[in-house]
Amino acid sequence: MGSMMENPRINKAGNGREHIRLTMDSLSQNEEFARVVAAVFMSRLNPTLEEIDDVKTAVSEAVTNAVIHGYGSRGGVIGMDITADTDGSILTVCIEDQGVGIPDVKTAMEPMFTTDESGERSGMGFSFMEAFMDEVEVQSEPGKGTLVSMKKFIGR
Amino acid sequence: MDHTMFTYEAREQTLVIHLPKELDHHNCRNLKSDTDLLLEENYINRIVFDFTHTSFMDSSGIGVLLSRYKQMAASRGHVSYYGAGTQVRRILEMGGINRLIKGYEDRESALKG
Repeated sequence: MGSMMENPRINKAGNGREHIRLTMDSLSQNEEFARVVAAVFMSRLNPTLEEIDDVKTAVSEAVTNAVIHGYGSRGGVIGMDITADTDGSILTVCIEDQGVGIPDVKTAMEPMFTTDESGERSGMGFSFMEAFMDEVEVQSEPGKGTLVSMKKFIGR
Repeated sequence: MDHTMFTYEAREQTLVIHLPKELDHHNCRNLKSDTDLLLEENYINRIVFDFTHTSFMDSSGIGVLLSRYKQMAASRGHVSYYGAGTQVRRILEMGGINRLIKGYEDRESALKG
């Protein structure tokens, strides 16, 4: 709170970075909520309907991963951080949890890879994120949590 | 009719699964237990997925569709879908569903196909 007061973001019409950050319970009913927040927030970049669908899908995949894998039965919180760079028309979405973390990120991101044993998960979450966003970076450490950072260049 | 959840129609040997508006992990959680029950109680050799009211789908939907396809394939049954809108069609294509399951424009074609 203190730093927000010291460094207020000054938004001159159409210039600079616009940002929101929210924290939500790691519950499946928040998957839709996260999609809607991202879709509404990004509208200031004048995206096409397809670009909105792309971001909604990628956000849905990242939040779903956190809900399913992040905390197990413990429950926890998921942070969503979205920045709209209105100069460069770049949307950045970060989804993070302080949960179990991913032991081997490279393997986890292979298409069809899933640790789910029910047989109901396709293992395509990361593939979809990479298909629909222009940049996807995953930082994770077992026991510490996971941060998925995604960028989309709107209008390109 | 409430399109926030799955609804089911079992007629003769066909099960029509009406998919919800948002086909995501949250809404898919009970699909397996619901359909397992219906498949146990009825002799079903055809599953038809109705996407008419589905405006959003992600890879969770791909997972459940593939599972139902595998179940039907194991008993030589048939699976098809209809009513897929723009966003849904993209996801189905990307998820490789069209290589396994044929999509139709409308219910009648899907039931016959």
